[in-house]
Amino acid sequence: MAAVQVRGEVLSIRRVGDYHALTVVAPGIAEGTRPGHFVALAVGGPASATLLRRAFSIYRVQERGIYGSTVEIVFAVTGKGTAWLAERRAHDPLDIVGPLGRPFALPKEPVTATLVGGGYGSAPLFTLAEQLRARGCRVDFVLGASSEPRLFGALEAKRMSTQVAITTEDGTLGERGRVTDVLPAMIKRSGAEVVYACGPMGMLRAVHTIAEAYGAHSQCAVEESMACGIGVCMTCVLPVIGDDGQTRMLRSCVEGPVFRGDRVRWDDIGTIPADAVGAPVEQEQR
Amino acid sequence: MTRMRITTEKPGARPLPPVYMATSLGGATIPNPMLTASGCAAAGRELDQFFDVTDLGAVVTKSIMLKPRSGRATPRMAETASGMLNSIGLQGPGLDAFVDTDLAWLKRRGARAVVSIAGSSVEEFTKLAQRLRNTDGIAGVEVNISCPNVENRGLVFACDPLAASAVISAVRRSTAPGIPVIAKLSPDVTDIVEVARAVVDAGADGLSMINTSLGLVIDTQTMRPTLAGVTGGLSGPAIRPLAVRCVWQVHAALPTVPIVGMGGIRTGLDALEFILAGASAIAVGTVIFNDPGAPIRVLHELQRELGDRGFDRLSDAIGYAHRPHGVPAEPTADESAGDDEAAPGDALAGREHKEHRG
Ligand SMILES: Cc1cc2nc3c(=O)[nH]c(=O)nc-3n(C[C@H](O)[C@H](O)[C@H](O)COP(=O)(O)OP(=O)(O)OC[C@H]3O[C@@H](n4cnc5c(N)ncnc54)[C@H](O)[C@@H]3O)c2cc1C
Ligand SMILES: Cc1cc2nc3c(=O)[nH]c(=O)nc-3n(C[C@H](O)[C@H](O)[C@H](O)COP(=O)(O)O)c2cc1C
Ligand code: FES
Repeated sequence: MAAVQVRGEVLSIRRVGDYHALTVVAPGIAEGTRPGHFVALAVGGPASATLLRRAFSIYRVQERGIYGSTVEIVFAVTGKGTAWLAERRAHDPLDIVGPLGRPFALPKEPVTATLVGGGYGSAPLFTLAEQLRARGCRVDFVLGASSEPRLFGALEAKRMSTQVAITTEDGTLGERGRVTDVLPAMIKRSGAEVVYACGPMGMLRAVHTIAEAYGAHSQCAVEESMACGIGVCMTCVLPVIGDDGQTRMLRSCVEGPVFRGDRVRWDDIGTIPADAVGAPVEQEQR
Repeated sequence: MTRMRITTEKPGARPLPPVYMATSLGGATIPNPMLTASGCAAAGRELDQFFDVTDLGAVVTKSIMLKPRSGRATPRMAETASGMLNSIGLQGPGLDAFVDTDLAWLKRRGARAVVSIAGSSVEEFTKLAQRLRNTDGIAGVEVNISCPNVENRGLVFACDPLAASAVISAVRRSTAPGIPVIAKLSPDVTDIVEVARAVVDAGADGLSMINTSLGLVIDTQTMRPTLAGVTGGLSGPAIRPLAVRCVWQVHAALPTVPIVGMGGIRTGLDALEFILAGASAIAVGTVIFNDPGAPIRVLHELQRELGDRGFDRLSDAIGYAHRPHGVPAEPTADESAGDDEAAPGDALAGREHKEHRG
């Protein structure tokens, strides 16, 4: 799968609770997109002082819509780049690179899957649910957020799943609490064999621990700080155990963002584990 | 004549003016001056999705050390105004794996490869060069001397003219004669000309400048340094004037030494500044993160800007800014007579630029 850089054009932007859903006409990206892929957007225009690309999960794509091939993302405003994106309007140009990363691994056999999304982390899970169901899988959702306006896609989840559990930390929708409070019961009820998750790192770690306790595999889409999104800068690394049992600092933009939960050294993120390949034994350098 | 400043157009929108772009890379000739800055293009493979890497003057690979190296803890980067700080810590697979996979790929692909090497002792640099000597298909060796010297309390080689020349002479001795050795200089020195002179005397065939400049960002939320490694290297357009100044000073002092100019190049005009200051080649680094197609875009923009100024050859523009104003035009053999669209550059285009420097 090769990524392309496209000078796209904004087709539409709308508010969804606290989030913005942005659709971009971007020929060439939809065609190769699979669930879990992401795009990297340049922000601020051609003379922008904010140079680094912003990464966003692909929510959905349309290969041959009336406006051509489109890509849709869902995002929260958290800083300069996302604030600029929220000000885009139809017909504005947008430089977009994608599809990027390694998507969710799909099972060969029909399995029972639970999809867990935290906040906008639910965005890539809906196309995943579609593809799982097309393969005869049972799909259940657990969606959580701090508050109702930060919950994305609850209705959509209901439409495409057997069961949906919803949590908000303030209790504005669903159960008061976190996804991990309701996940064990969901796995027990459905007998889930695979848990797919996307959301903040802390949530992913907890989801993986629960999945493992119930004997389920987990596929986690991580969110590491990225500068390029295409694998050339080495900023987005985290410690991951390989097939050979060795830990390496892998680039989450090309070797992820989706990793097997049991391969990520969750407790060691933000460090170089002493047993990692090439871990420092002498003086560091910049 | 009209000056067109088309910086966002796609290559091919208007035919490129016929400017002869071949140039010198530490004595070797490359078809055009555009390189990738080490550490900003990995080993070219990822960028090959966005443009044909064989169209580059050369791919300069991420600095490689003898052994595998995990690099530093995250966060490794912080965005700054028109730039970024990075503290990658030279993460890499080690020389052997690099040669077997990355270099092998570049060779198969037919790209010119300049291998950047980094070491923490003169001995490590020597071993790297010796092993590369047995590897064919290398267009040059760039020596990243912005590394701490474990034999001298971690003092960065590039900040110590003696240590820098020890590394360069060792690498030069261990490298095949036809292969240029390029020393990469740090701007974090009092007198960059002194370091440049030292490494040229030690045998460097060319100079790459500049590496990043040490910086620090404090996260005002946590009230602690943003980077796990505390300090990091500043790069991007924020450092461009600093880089142009370094190129200017070194070219003024050592006018015959080929320089690869880099530091914040984003457009053809930025690249032109480096050429006018005395660089014979240029590299794009951080801006690749913003625009993966930047190397070829900037190359085309540069060619256009040169053509718009009446230059027939890139080499005629190298160091042009060092000439005093109002130097009378001297017609040269290859200058087309009676061109009434002549740009200011035209009249001087054929002149030996060396005679105007002092
Ligand atoms: C694979 C991936 C998928 C993502 N999907 C989504 C999504 O679907 N919806 C959404 O709202 N957000 C998503 N994010 C997070 C999004 O990239 C950041 O919110 C965004 O980059 C913030 O940019 P800013 O300019 O507003 O913030 P600033 O804080 O000004 O950004 C400064 C720098 O830090 C980086 N950065 C800051 N926060 C993050 C972060 N959380 N993750 C990665 N880089 C960060 C930025 O890229 C930028 O380089 C995703 C991140 C990754 C890595
Ligand atoms: C993320 C990153 C990694 C880098 N890694 C290296 C490296 O391994 N070796 C090296 O010589 N320079 C390295 N550099 C420095 C660049 O090659 C270049 O000298 C510097 O960034 C200035 O150019 P720029 O502003 O175009 O990026 C790195 C720069 C960045 C931003
Ligand atoms: S973000 Fe640059 S390598 Fe992953």
